[in-house]
Amino acid sequence: MEYTEKHVLALKELLYKMADDQLILGHRNSEWTGLGPILEEDIAFSSMAQDKIGQAQALYEILHELGEGEPDTVAFMRNAEQFHCCHLVEIPIGEYDFSLLRHFLFDRAEQIRFDMLAQSSFEPLAQVARKFRGEIKYHVMHADVWVKQLGKGGAESHGRMQDTLNSCFPMALGIFEPGPYEAELIEAGIFPGELALRNKWIEAIRPVIESAGLRLPDQFDDTSAYGGRYGSHTEYLQPLLDEMTEVFRIDPAAEW
Amino acid sequence: MYGNAYIDPNQQHSILEGEDMEKLAAFEARIAQGDKIEPHDWMPKEYRKQLIRMIEQHAHSEIIGSLPEGTWITRAPGFRRKLALMAKVQDEVGHAQLLYAAAETLGKRRESMINDLISGKSKYSNVFNYPAPTWADSAVIAWLIDAGAIINQVTNSKGSYGPYCRALDRICAEESFHLKYGHDNVVFLATGTKVQRQMVQEALTRWWPPIMHFFGPPDKSSVHGEILMRWKVKMASNDDMRQQFMNMYVPKIWDLGLQIPDPNLRKNEQTGKWEYTEPDWNEFKRVINGDGPCNAERLAVRRTAEERHRWVRRAILGQGVEYVTPLA
Repeated sequence: MEYTEKHVLALKELLYKMADDQLILGHRNSEWTGLGPILEEDIAFSSMAQDKIGQAQALYEILHELGEGEPDTVAFMRNAEQFHCCHLVEIPIGEYDFSLLRHFLFDRAEQIRFDMLAQSSFEPLAQVARKFRGEIKYHVMHADVWVKQLGKGGAESHGRMQDTLNSCFPMALGIFEPGPYEAELIEAGIFPGELALRNKWIEAIRPVIESAGLRLPDQFDDTSAYGGRYGSHTEYLQPLLDEMTEVFRIDPAAEW
Repeated sequence: MYGNAYIDPNQQHSILEGEDMEKLAAFEARIAQGDKIEPHDWMPKEYRKQLIRMIEQHAHSEIIGSLPEGTWITRAPGFRRKLALMAKVQDEVGHAQLLYAAAETLGKRRESMINDLISGKSKYSNVFNYPAPTWADSAVIAWLIDAGAIINQVTNSKGSYGPYCRALDRICAEESFHLKYGHDNVVFLATGTKVQRQMVQEALTRWWPPIMHFFGPPDKSSVHGEILMRWKVKMASNDDMRQQFMNMYVPKIWDLGLQIPDPNLRKNEQTGKWEYTEPDWNEFKRVINGDGPCNAERLAVRRTAEERHRWVRRAILGQGVEYVTPLA
């Protein structure tokens, strides 16, 4: 089918929120460099961060082809309210259990999202989604192994993981906050929609959570972390952006 | 990236005390003919001790060295630089992992090495006790500190201990990309806007003394030093490596229109050697002994990372995972 103007708006909105999620979470994950619980985890979080930043760049590139600004300008020159990322990715890295569970909850959703997008009617997006699937597979494997190890790693570790899962889970539901154009995305065959994604996600994470000896919170309709997709963010996003753009903004016209 | 191992020239007792002279002669003959020594081969106690110290210091330097540059990952201007710097610093952490494994083949566990690092008992390259206050500092580090590290590591990769040499070969291959990244970054700044040029000049001025310190003080000749050279633990004198560095990089720095803050720096065409103002070696000793601008901060960051995550290590080690010393 031919895309209408509204379909294109819907597509751009989808691309922006995906790219912004990847950029901000990639940025957060990179903050583990030099500080991880063991060297191997420093290295793993850095690899995942590089994949995510690379994915963000590829998605901004598609947006650029649709008439938006250059990837560097779009990533480094917007303020918080112009970002469409979800709250989950904005939170500082905190303790390792938080960063790990965020990575587990987010990356499983991304994996399913990319699976769905691999069939998208918008071919440039379907193409990158197929490429990203090859990367996210390893992120998901990494998260699953660690969640299981720490869920079953004795009383202290188990307790931390359950507490953090309880507080992290409602935030993760913010990933699936419906955007303003869900109907258009579904109608045009671009993307099957956030609610369909959320339902598949719950099915996918439940067995891993259970095999880690943890309990999945059951308030699936919690909307307390909504707002990100409409530009309303946590207090952590603007300081992150101020830091990220500190050098770039010295002279945005300069070549760095 | 790494500085040089620091060998105490004033060590009093003979380092060969109590060794089996026959085995020692066979060991030295193997090294003389270019054999590599492997973990389960016989080796003198002092050889093992020196290598553990050197490799461990090198590993610590990689992990501590990731801190000053790591703080610029979150500020790197643009996707290209951000991705490159992330990959570069990740490599450095990977080098630490590789080197701890090489040192473990000699019988000291990683955990015990990291404990010695955070207690201040083990040293690491002095250069990482200086701050990197601007983006240009991270560029100068990536170019010139990594350049110095390559000279040092290529030299040491011809040494006698197999696992260390193999680790260094791989490390040098990765460092050569860092050098390209650092050079490209400095070129953009040095040929950029007025603000960029000023930023990179100031960074070079700040980093020149630590760069001159990087290879260590001039070696005093000593019996100890001669034995380490014969065992191919130490492969070149600190001054030789410093000369090699200046030969390769001073002209490149000048080509970019940057000023090196040493009015006496020039190449003596008769001797072929660089002449320069000796850096302040008292400062070098002071910083090595813990009194540099960032020693406390660097160790505090590392100590906090270790302490905050003890529960993670307890959780994974509590599951019947048995510790295995790497073979090579």
